Amino acid sequence: MSTRLAKQGRLIDRNKQIEFTFNGKRMTGYAGDTLASALLANDQMMVGRSFKYHRPRGLVAAGSEEPNALMQLGSGDRYEPNQRATTTELFSGLSAKSQNHWPNLEFDVLAINNKLGRFLTAGFYYKMFMYPRAAWKHVYEPIIRASAGLGKAPDKETKDADTYEHFYFFADVVVVGGGVAGLQAAKAAAASGAKVLVLEQNAYWGGRAPVDGGTIDGEAPEAWIEKTRAELAAMDNVTLRDRCMASGVYDHGYVLGYERLTDHAPGQGGPRHRLWRIRAKQIVTATGAIERPLSFAGNDVPGVMLAASMRDYVVNWGVTPGRKVVVATNNDDAYRTALVLHEAGCDVVRILDARNNGGGDLMEEARQKGIRVECGRAIAKVSGGKRVKKVAICAQNGTGGAQEEIEADAVAMSGGWSPVVHLWSHCGGKLNWDDAQAHFRPDAARPPLGDNGKGFVVAAGSADGEMALGPVLVNASAAGSKAAEDAGFPAKTVAAAAGVDSVEAPMEAVWLMPAQADIGLRMKSWLDYQNDVKVSDVQLAAREGYESVEHTKRYTTLGMATDQGKLSNINGLAILADSLNSEIPQVGTTTFRPPYHPISMGVIGGEARGDIFQPVRKTPMYEWNDTNGADWEPVGHWRRPFAYVNKGESVHDAVNREVKNTRENLGLLDASTLGKLVVKGPDAGRFLDMMYTNMMSTLKIGKCRYGLMCSENGFLMDDGVVARIDEDTWLCHTTTGGAESIHGHMEEWLQTEWWDWKVYVANVTEQFAQIAVVGPNARKVLEKLNTAAGGGMDLSKEALPFMEWRDGKIGGYDARAYRISFSGELSYEIAVPASQGLAFWNAIMEAGKEFGVMPYGTETLHILRAEKGFIMIGDETDGTVIPQDLNLQWALSKKKEDYLGKRAHLRSHMADPDRWKLVGLETVDGSVLPDGAYALGEGINANGQKNVIGRVTSTYFSATLDRGIAMGLVKHGPDRMGEVITFPGTDGKTYEAKIVDPVFYDKDGEKQNV
Amino acid sequence: MLILECPYCGVKAEETELHAGGEAHLKRFGPGSTDGEFHDYLFMRENPKGVHFERWRHANGCGKWFHAARCTMTLEVFGTYSAQTFEPPQEIRDAITAKRPGWTWRDLK
Repeated sequence: MSTRLAKQGRLIDRNKQIEFTFNGKRMTGYAGDTLASALLANDQMMVGRSFKYHRPRGLVAAGSEEPNALMQLGSGDRYEPNQRATTTELFSGLSAKSQNHWPNLEFDVLAINNKLGRFLTAGFYYKMFMYPRAAWKHVYEPIIRASAGLGKAPDKETKDADTYEHFYFFADVVVVGGGVAGLQAAKAAAASGAKVLVLEQNAYWGGRAPVDGGTIDGEAPEAWIEKTRAELAAMDNVTLRDRCMASGVYDHGYVLGYERLTDHAPGQGGPRHRLWRIRAKQIVTATGAIERPLSFAGNDVPGVMLAASMRDYVVNWGVTPGRKVVVATNNDDAYRTALVLHEAGCDVVRILDARNNGGGDLMEEARQKGIRVECGRAIAKVSGGKRVKKVAICAQNGTGGAQEEIEADAVAMSGGWSPVVHLWSHCGGKLNWDDAQAHFRPDAARPPLGDNGKGFVVAAGSADGEMALGPVLVNASAAGSKAAEDAGFPAKTVAAAAGVDSVEAPMEAVWLMPAQADIGLRMKSWLDYQNDVKVSDVQLAAREGYESVEHTKRYTTLGMATDQGKLSNINGLAILADSLNSEIPQVGTTTFRPPYHPISMGVIGGEARGDIFQPVRKTPMYEWNDTNGADWEPVGHWRRPFAYVNKGESVHDAVNREVKNTRENLGLLDASTLGKLVVKGPDAGRFLDMMYTNMMSTLKIGKCRYGLMCSENGFLMDDGVVARIDEDTWLCHTTTGGAESIHGHMEEWLQTEWWDWKVYVANVTEQFAQIAVVGPNARKVLEKLNTAAGGGMDLSKEALPFMEWRDGKIGGYDARAYRISFSGELSYEIAVPASQGLAFWNAIMEAGKEFGVMPYGTETLHILRAEKGFIMIGDETDGTVIPQDLNLQWALSKKKEDYLGKRAHLRSHMADPDRWKLVGLETVDGSVLPDGAYALGEGINANGQKNVIGRVTSTYFSATLDRGIAMGLVKHGPDRMGEVITFPGTDGKTYEAKIVDPVFYDKDGEKQNV
Repeated sequence: MLILECPYCGVKAEETELHAGGEAHLKRFGPGSTDGEFHDYLFMRENPKGVHFERWRHANGCGKWFHAARCTMTLEVFGTYSAQTFEPPQEIRDAITAKRPGWTWRDLK
């Protein structure tokens, strides 16, 4: 059984007991425990079930490489699935639940999959569920999704109760990893004066060294670690962060750090996680190495664990997974585990060393302690179901005929060590295969490159492939110095600390145990625990022709998901290489991608949620609108009133009231969001002739013209009224959403194509408040204001005719009045300085009382324009529509030799007479057509779908006409006036509509020109 | 996130400030061009593994468009220069040749 030991446990405080629950069961641990070590202390060997076969699974590792112990933590608004028990620090009240089982962990219905294992091979889903095709969506997928998958997603209505933040940091050297290599590298880099940031993912410093033993500068590693950490902490140019993992290295020295501030102390306040967004001149990856499992049958039975991880549990947390332990290894390091277990009073029943000649000094030490060591021997099979019971032993060089079976309750395995090369590789660092140590290690000659073409990542210590304490420190010191020097600081040699540990014999690669294991054993030899991939699966993939490692990965799911190649990578590659009769370096590795270890979604969002998700742009009348019933609608970053809703009124009622009142009396629109671009210079007219499809250079001073803008592709991108201000100045109105993009569009052409033209463009959108004064009483209210102010601009039809503008005073305000109309009514759009916007608005509202003034919102704006058949960018256009489709040929200049879009309109598809064209649509029964509905044509297309001949682009209830009105694009539409076509709705109904002229109201335009 | 130096304001900026603007040194074809010329101008782009010339805008900075010569494979930046030129200046070409002898891009060498 797994149990807490009487001694050991350097990280726990036995005076501080902590209560927690696992699957509802109360358990206790100590301060300093991880959830994993606390579970082991409570003899909770089994921590979950596997993804595909639902096999019982236990802890395999002690760190972030743990594949099995994924937990659902917390509840309600603090619930989170897929959290690793090994990286979860224990706290009082923690509640954890295991995943992937039904109905419970001990008894699982789908464990039957385990018996069906021979049918659930690689690519099973692809092969099995192909036919009939319709069954995938309705039968297979729902069942597979219910039985597979990891933790449950949080409830979509529940909002995360915690807060998160982003933090920006600049460093000369970022050292990733606070083990002995990281500390040594940081010391060397900091000595040069460079600004150094050290990130350590754990809550403690020093990494594996205190567990692995040896001496540094003649002392126990722990003493040197604490001394060095304190030295670094005292330096002004060094920042140390623990519980902060570097999750990814990106282009040109960008590093993301993931700091877990309160996961271990919920309720302490402040943000839960912090995302460090770091720019580093140089990065030292001192990320250590991860031990590899051995591939033998039953290597996933709970109780089979990585040898060094088992040592971690004993030394760090004072727990042992078993009392009778078998150690299987191909290298000397696992002997350290045997010695630690022996020291802790456990029975190491056998060390099986796959090497014929065994190990070095550590083997001798083990033998002297009386531990039985057998060389050239292997595990044939581990049996036991929910925990290890028996271990069958055989010769490594054989097919697995067991020669002996011994009782044990835990197995420590070591297949050698792989440097953690993820961060080195994220941005393109290349690897070399080291045959002697059977692993990939960074190739210092091919690092990821910065903008200057020089490497910006240096690997240090075990992450660089050095496995012994002495060389690790020497290598790390050199890496730190090099990083500082490459970051531009004068080289300063720092003597590396002297590390001494046992002399080790060479390891020997063992990819399958025993070497010629038969198929029965291979089908129970796991490569990837998390994704349930076995040796036999990779071999099958190779037989089926998957030669590329990237394809094999996707076919078998080897190394996918959160494993990201931590545990499974090299073993899988080796099996694949062997199956293909190739060598590992030729097969190569899969691509390492960030994040190294999953980070929370919350931290990615950071502060950007709720009210501060993004900045909100407000017009000068925003507060007035807000207190007068505005039903807000987001338009880009702006907020515009959709309608002004009175008490007791629905939004729909409000819109109908606004429409009628504007047509009959007087409406006010806050039009301040409209884009306003000043285009100025000797070549401004020539430039606008290129930007707009119509002629702008000939526009007379004091006049306005409606203009269209096309992209070079010919598609309509914006529209608006242009006013000629003086000889070399034009003011261009754009759509609300287009102000910034059209400004950018103009700048692009000016800077990159016609850079010799003398033109300036300035975006003055926010400098002005603009109010549309609309309706039969529009002139009356403005003249009343002028009278009250003792005079002002002449607003008569003669002095200010339709489609002209004037500067002057209205009601005492500095105003520019445009006689333009997007409603078909008598209308003045009046711009005043933004600072006077609210006062001017209030003045009109006050003076307008006797004329029936009411504000109106964007929906009324839309209805008024639709009644007049005016198009709206974004409704009638969608990036595939050209002016000709909207019967706007009149706005395409024939006189101009060139403008953006002119050449494109000559392309064959643009000139196709079958293009859908704008028409009005009137339902036969007066109802409102569904927005976006498609019109049915005759027959079916090549894909068996019904042919469509048009679609609805705008549709509203018109209070003016008391019926539904719509516009749409219809094939040969203008030639089919009076024809009735049908639109199936998504509500199951079919709508019939007559094709009509899109101008529904005041066809001759008499009302706007009075 | 790439870092590029804006040749106008001289600051090194990253992609939160910069916007990529596609291939550099396009020759515009307008009315009078053949269908083939216009099609190629609109749609045909280089997609090299190696030396490439691109347009960028210091969008959240000085607002200026500029050109960048860089390696799409290693992300090395050979230099940035004015957008107001029809082809890369000699010093940029020399900088590329020093690092990538024998480079080609369209008809440049």
